[in-house]
Amino acid sequence: MTASEVVISCRNVWKVFGDYPDRLRLTPDTTMDELRATSHIAAVRNVSLDIRRGEMLVVMGLSGSGKSTLVRCLARLLDITSGTVEVEGRDIGKLTEPQLIELRRKKMGMVFQSFGLLPHRTALENVAFPLEMRGQDRASRIARAREVLELVGLKGREGYFPRELSGGQQQRVGIARSLAVEPDIWFLDEPFSALDPLIRREMQDEFLRLKGMLAKTIVFITHDFDEALRLADRIAIMKDGAVEQIDTPDRIVMAPATPYVAKFTESIDRARVIHAGALALPVDGRPVEGDPLPAGETLHALARRIVGDSRVLIPLSTQGRISGLLDRKAALDLLLGPAT
Amino acid sequence: MMTATLPPPPLRLDQKRIALAFLLAALVLVIFRPALPAGLIRLPEGLILPFADWINATFAFARDELGLMTVTRAFSDMVEACLDVTANLLYGKSRWPYVGPIPWAVIAATAGMAGYALGGARLALLAGGTFVWIAVMGQWKWAMETLSVIVVAVPFSVVFGLLMGTLAWRSRLAERILNPILNIAQSLPHFAYMIPVVVFIGVGPKAGAIVTIIFSVPPMIRMTLLGLRGVSPEIIESGKMSGTTRLQLMTRVRLPAARTEILIGVNQVIMQSLAMVVLASFIGMPGLGQKLLQLLQALKIGLSVEIGITIVLLAIVLDRMSKAWAVKQPEHATGPWLYRHRLLLIWLGLVALGFVLAWVHPYFSEVGRKQALSMAEPVDAAVGVLIEMISPVTDWLRWFLITWVLIPLRDAFLWLPTTAVLLALAGIGWRVGGLRSALVCLAFALPIALSGWWDRAMITVYTVFVSVALALILGVPLGLLGAVNEARSRRFLLVCDTFQTFPSFIYLIPVIMLFGVNDVAVIAAVVVFATVPIVRYTIEGLRGIPPEIVESAQMSGASPMQLLRHVKLPLAVPTLVVGANQSIMFSLFMVIIAAFIGTQDLGQEMQRALSSTDVGKGLVLGFAVAFMGLLADHLLLKWAHGRGVALRSS
Ligand SMILES: Nc1ncnc2c1ncn2[C@@H]1O[C@H](COP(=O)(O)OP(=O)(O)OP(=O)(O)O)[C@@H](O)[C@H]1O
Ligand SMILES: [Mg+2]
Repeated sequence: MTASEVVISCRNVWKVFGDYPDRLRLTPDTTMDELRATSHIAAVRNVSLDIRRGEMLVVMGLSGSGKSTLVRCLARLLDITSGTVEVEGRDIGKLTEPQLIELRRKKMGMVFQSFGLLPHRTALENVAFPLEMRGQDRASRIARAREVLELVGLKGREGYFPRELSGGQQQRVGIARSLAVEPDIWFLDEPFSALDPLIRREMQDEFLRLKGMLAKTIVFITHDFDEALRLADRIAIMKDGAVEQIDTPDRIVMAPATPYVAKFTESIDRARVIHAGALALPVDGRPVEGDPLPAGETLHALARRIVGDSRVLIPLSTQGRISGLLDRKAALDLLLGPAT
Repeated sequence: MMTATLPPPPLRLDQKRIALAFLLAALVLVIFRPALPAGLIRLPEGLILPFADWINATFAFARDELGLMTVTRAFSDMVEACLDVTANLLYGKSRWPYVGPIPWAVIAATAGMAGYALGGARLALLAGGTFVWIAVMGQWKWAMETLSVIVVAVPFSVVFGLLMGTLAWRSRLAERILNPILNIAQSLPHFAYMIPVVVFIGVGPKAGAIVTIIFSVPPMIRMTLLGLRGVSPEIIESGKMSGTTRLQLMTRVRLPAARTEILIGVNQVIMQSLAMVVLASFIGMPGLGQKLLQLLQALKIGLSVEIGITIVLLAIVLDRMSKAWAVKQPEHATGPWLYRHRLLLIWLGLVALGFVLAWVHPYFSEVGRKQALSMAEPVDAAVGVLIEMISPVTDWLRWFLITWVLIPLRDAFLWLPTTAVLLALAGIGWRVGGLRSALVCLAFALPIALSGWWDRAMITVYTVFVSVALALILGVPLGLLGAVNEARSRRFLLVCDTFQTFPSFIYLIPVIMLFGVNDVAVIAAVVVFATVPIVRYTIEGLRGIPPEIVESAQMSGASPMQLLRHVKLPLAVPTLVVGANQSIMFSLFMVIIAAFIGTQDLGQEMQRALSSTDVGKGLVLGFAVAFMGLLADHLLLKWAHGRGVALRSS
């Protein structure tokens, strides 16, 4: 991933719920307890992060850690208490209403945790709704809505009302609605939570395909670590409204910034996350013998070959060039657990 | 969090003592009444404030100086234009669009199809059957006169209600202003609305329509507000993320998502309209109400019963259809075009058939007076015999009630010193809700004393008191009977529901039939009307008790009687009090309506104000009634709420 332009940038964002959040004096050191004493709740606490074009940021954290609230702040569905959120260089807190509407119509899409379908419209009309708001003509928006509904596997249910669909089907209508407009910036709040594993995987593939093709910027909330690992360029771990760590999956697992992150990632099978390259030692004149292994694969994918290899230091290659050496013992420790 | 667990401040004891002090003071005034100076028994003349003159001056100012008359004229002209159209279509008044009356067969078929579309075959039968009944009984023209007003008034009310409800939802300030106005508006008796309308608009269908519109707006405002508040935030957010403007968000997301509440509002508007239209006969509105009024005054029981049945049927049909519409959720349609639009096609076919029938034989266009299937004469004869038979009982009952209950009680209420009543109210208020409630009570009661209508108000209070007491005696056992099991309570509640949809006027027919035109008839009508909410809330209170509590009492070995006395009734009391509150409201309305068969209370004065078009007097009397209702409402609900909270937390 090349470092391209920043699409969403937030600086010291706070979102405090309560009676008089505006009267609070918030500093980076303000603690939850101080706020609680004044019967306020900080759902988002001093969050600063940048999301680049084409990047998929996965936000994780326990229930109530402020994930949904953060995303709502990024879309300005909520006005933040302090800090700034910039989208494509413009402070969205300062946008006028028409500008904001324009931004949402042209750039943004969102899938809601509890779907947010309009109960009085059929699946088809729900999907066509954002197109209607954009002023697209009837025939073309209906055609487009049919197309995306088919994509999410709901062909034949176009005329159903949300009430008549199962939870997973409703969720797919929500996904289709956000797909219909092909937004550049996409907020997905647990978009697959109600889907069965099979459809879930299909949907993930579809998102990866779209993202790869169209350089979408995506903020994706999930509780499922496997899903996060499949999709994420970077993962942000939230706790009590604050971002504890924001980093690549490798580093989240290998170098947890706080004990909380360490605990959070404890139960994951590291070998599935960590790429061989992440363990690479510099060559530093040591001898390079035999065929190299690809540095971009996970240890899990290379397990059979590492176990069968007899070299102490296995060379790794990135795009055909030797990029480092893999300490076989360290790799085996990660794969099989430390030797006793 | 923390404050909720703090022990309650030690104010409670004081509250009790202060309340006791007030009540004792009131008692002293009552005991020493013979020795009291006249100024304490009734407020001295000098203190009576000329509210009516002030109101009249304000109205005159608004009419003459502010040009309010032009505004009301413009509005009433608009309403009249609509009324002319519906009048032409429904009963053939010679006005634009000069289409003439639609044959009754067509309207009955349309009603039946609407019933079918909304609620299936049974509702179709009910709706179609009602209109066939109306036609066959020869009441078509009157019913259409009534309906032509409802058809115009309801859309106006709904639109006003939506607009004002939206306003209240948009702005806290507007809500703060509207809320007390709505509270008072919903406790003002019907006649209080009529008098200003007569002043500004005159009498006749136009005035009837306008008073109906004004009267039926408040529930629509409330339901709109409730609906808009209740829309789930994610639905709104998803609308916003689709890039809606504010207006689009309102019209395409919020209002449709609040559909159910809004349609329940429409249902309430329709029912209020029907009740008002029937009563608007007092200001010259033709139709079923006027006919009923004339027949009742002429004591023609048979025909009044027939018209009463029509009104009741209309009420049930309108209520069931609009409720069915409210609960009906959209369903997807499949199949070819012909199949999907089958109801429309069948309806068109039926309409065509109706027109053809009407063309072939005039009977299907209009049933003449001679062909009408009225059974008034045999009914009259049968009723005559029946009355003859039971008249010893009713006569005795009338005599007993009047001499031994009503007159002594009335005299006792009138005997009470005004100051004692005020003190007692303050005391009760203080007991229930501290200083604030005491002040609220005085704020409602004092203006009545100051208005100079104290004696009349006391007679109204006495009538309501007697009626609600009797309603409790009748209603609570009925409720207990109804709550025995699930199936029966559902049946009882359905009956209560149905009774509550009847326009209050209807209740006068049987009581006049039984007791003639006098005090007892009034009380009987009010009692019947007021019993319904008591039965309903008794049942709901008993059914609402958590089963674990009942089971644990049973496990402690409580017999069914003990269970009822020590567990169920105490737990049901807060709900029952809410029922009593509604019962008081209903009684107040009914007492005022019943005034035309002869009472001496505020209602009678209001009738006089109506016939002399004295806005000031009419409104003062109306507010007096409203304040009595609101006072009772405040005390009972406050108490029930406190009690309910106490019960739930223990
Ligand atoms: N409108 C609101 N008013 C008050 N508090 C709120 C509001 N919305 C969210 N909160 C609080 O903010 C905190 C974060 O909520 P949020 O919905 O962002 O959590 P989440 O991480 O999305 O949880 P989940 O995984 O369950 O969806 C919670 O403690 C919640 O109670
Ligand atoms: Mg969430």
